[in-house]
Amino acid sequence: MDLSVNIGKLRLQNPVMTASGTFGYGEEFADFIDLNRLGGIVVKGTTLAPRQGNPYPRMAETPSGMLNAVGLQNKGVDYFVNNIYPRIKHLDTAIVVNVSGASIEDYVGVCEHLQGLDCIAAIEVNISCPNVKQGGMSFGTTCQGAESVVSAVRKAWPGTMIVKLTPNVTDITEIARAAEGAGADAVSLTNTFLGMAIDVERRRPILSTITGGLSGPCIRPIAVRMVWQVSHAVKIPVIGLGGIMNGRDAVEFMLAGATAVQVGTANFIDPQVSVKIVDYITEYLQRHHLPNARALIGAMQVD
Amino acid sequence: MKKVMDFVVKENVRHGSQYALLRLSPVRSTMPPVAPGQFVQVEVPHSRTTFLRRPISINYADQRELWLLIRRAGAGTNALCDAEEGTVLNIVLPLGHGFSLDVKGHVLLVGGGVGIAPLLMLGKRLVTRGIDVKFLLGARTSTDVLQLDLFRQTGDTRVATEDGSLGHHGLVTTHPLLQQADIDHIACCGPMPMMKAVAAIARERGINCEVSLENRMACGVGACLCCVEDTVEHGNVCTCTEGPVFNINQLKWT
Ligand SMILES: Cc1cc2nc3c(=O)[nH]c(=O)nc-3n(C[C@H](O)[C@H](O)[C@H](O)COP(=O)(O)OP(=O)(O)OC[C@H]3O[C@@H](n4cnc5c(N)ncnc54)[C@H](O)[C@@H]3O)c2cc1C
Ligand SMILES: Cc1cc2nc3c(=O)[nH]c(=O)nc-3n(C[C@H](O)[C@H](O)[C@H](O)COP(=O)(O)O)c2cc1C
Ligand code: FES
Repeated sequence: MDLSVNIGKLRLQNPVMTASGTFGYGEEFADFIDLNRLGGIVVKGTTLAPRQGNPYPRMAETPSGMLNAVGLQNKGVDYFVNNIYPRIKHLDTAIVVNVSGASIEDYVGVCEHLQGLDCIAAIEVNISCPNVKQGGMSFGTTCQGAESVVSAVRKAWPGTMIVKLTPNVTDITEIARAAEGAGADAVSLTNTFLGMAIDVERRRPILSTITGGLSGPCIRPIAVRMVWQVSHAVKIPVIGLGGIMNGRDAVEFMLAGATAVQVGTANFIDPQVSVKIVDYITEYLQRHHLPNARALIGAMQVD
Repeated sequence: MKKVMDFVVKENVRHGSQYALLRLSPVRSTMPPVAPGQFVQVEVPHSRTTFLRRPISINYADQRELWLLIRRAGAGTNALCDAEEGTVLNIVLPLGHGFSLDVKGHVLLVGGGVGIAPLLMLGKRLVTRGIDVKFLLGARTSTDVLQLDLFRQTGDTRVATEDGSLGHHGLVTTHPLLQQADIDHIACCGPMPMMKAVAAIARERGINCEVSLENRMACGVGACLCCVEDTVEHGNVCTCTEGPVFNINQLKWT
């Protein structure tokens, strides 16, 4: 069965990627699955300088999901290039680096450090992290902000550039169009939804940052709707994510218009879920007599 | 090697109303080797309100069995404590970095409440290595002193209860064993205030000391960075991979 899909010039062997910040650098899951069976791995958000992230506590369980306030903890792009990249570059899957920053110069700087690495299939520009004070989501909430980052990164990165959008906006299609206009090869959506939880007995916020990002199946219907809207608003491929827990959910995003999907929080529930989704899509295509995975993209029928 | 495995509840031994010991055996799979202080991530069965797995210490394990000792803290642990014989539980294991085994001299294992769970297997391992081990178990009242027989079978065991219903009357930290005895190494697991008090005594007396933390976890495998503890040398590190056991010298406890 031909499961391959194309994100601009990049060909993925199948549409199933893992989402940034939920799968480490892939290695954390090597005991559980064959990483080479994935369409791609989007690594943890990478910044120019190392970041300690936000203070503990950073997590609250919610009905059908969780809030996180990690705040882009990572050891910086140099550490990635020198220590992590050599360990994962041999993998037979698309390695995508999630690029984050507090300023446009930060984003461009990360891309400059990544240049010359042969096995980086694409970058995913994160203009949607709700857990940092500067940069992050603020670039993703206005068309002007999105355009300024995306066009600057476009000049610094000749390869495939995915732009990751925040759902915390009035009209996500406008931001998607701005990213497309500024040279994005694809958009991925959604990042987490801004949320909050209170420990009522202690009358204190559960997260150290008070607010955090909501993920998991509780956000899925909203994310599916946004993917459907955006796929009609732009010509570039859309990568769908938000609460995918199984193969059915992945197919749902593709029917709504996604060319590929990312699996995030579900990896915490079942560390083998990503490859199970690949198997499900194969079985689904056979069962529905569809020739390949591309036949699923936007194939929802409205009678 | 970490695994995702199904286990079946062979026996649910209730300890009063607040605790249960689940004796599990692997379904169609073999137990991986585990070290004392490591933990597992258990899927909560039949739960409408929980979402994530729950981290639980390995109380005891051999090739055929895995024991989890669980205290009711909320919906997830309630569902686990109520798991009937025959229930299948999906478990990721073994996780984290356990207690040091290459310890010397007189070793004291201090547990509080359900925190005694990882100390049983640790004690057994240390005893087989010919190390002199003593246990000090603390609890609110006598019914919260768990697995006393098993600890006694393993080594010299002292008890402290806050209400004096069993053993020494008072907190473990006021027990003469901790205050005066000749001790070279302490391994401790229990409620945070207890571990901090034990750590303070260890520091004061110059005793090497390890504690097992219970930070809130999502993935349990080092992927989400939710469970971090701020450490002296390396800043924020994952409790689920670098811990849950830490030497107190690494922690920024005051
Ligand atoms: C490495 C590790 C080993 C553990 N070993 C054991 C064990 O052997 N036996 C046992 O009974 N429990 C153990 N715990 C604690 C256990 O995981 C929590 O009690 C459980 O996750 C609470 O889930 P719940 O759904 O019952 O309660 P919830 O409704 O989720 O929470 C109930 C209360 O517990 C608190 N809580 C939530 N998560 C944790 C947590 N991770 N640690 C401490 N408190 C928490 C909440 O703030 C809340 O007040 C361990 C925790 C860790 C991190
Ligand atoms: C713990 C955690 C950390 C995350 N870190 C990042 C990150 O570094 N960069 C990023 O673009 N998205 C990050 N995300 C967002 C996810 O990649 C994803 O967009 C979001 O969780 C929605 O998908 P899901 O519901 O399948 O998890 C993180 C999410 C979680 C839960
Ligand atoms: S719980 Fe996810 S990194 Fe520790």
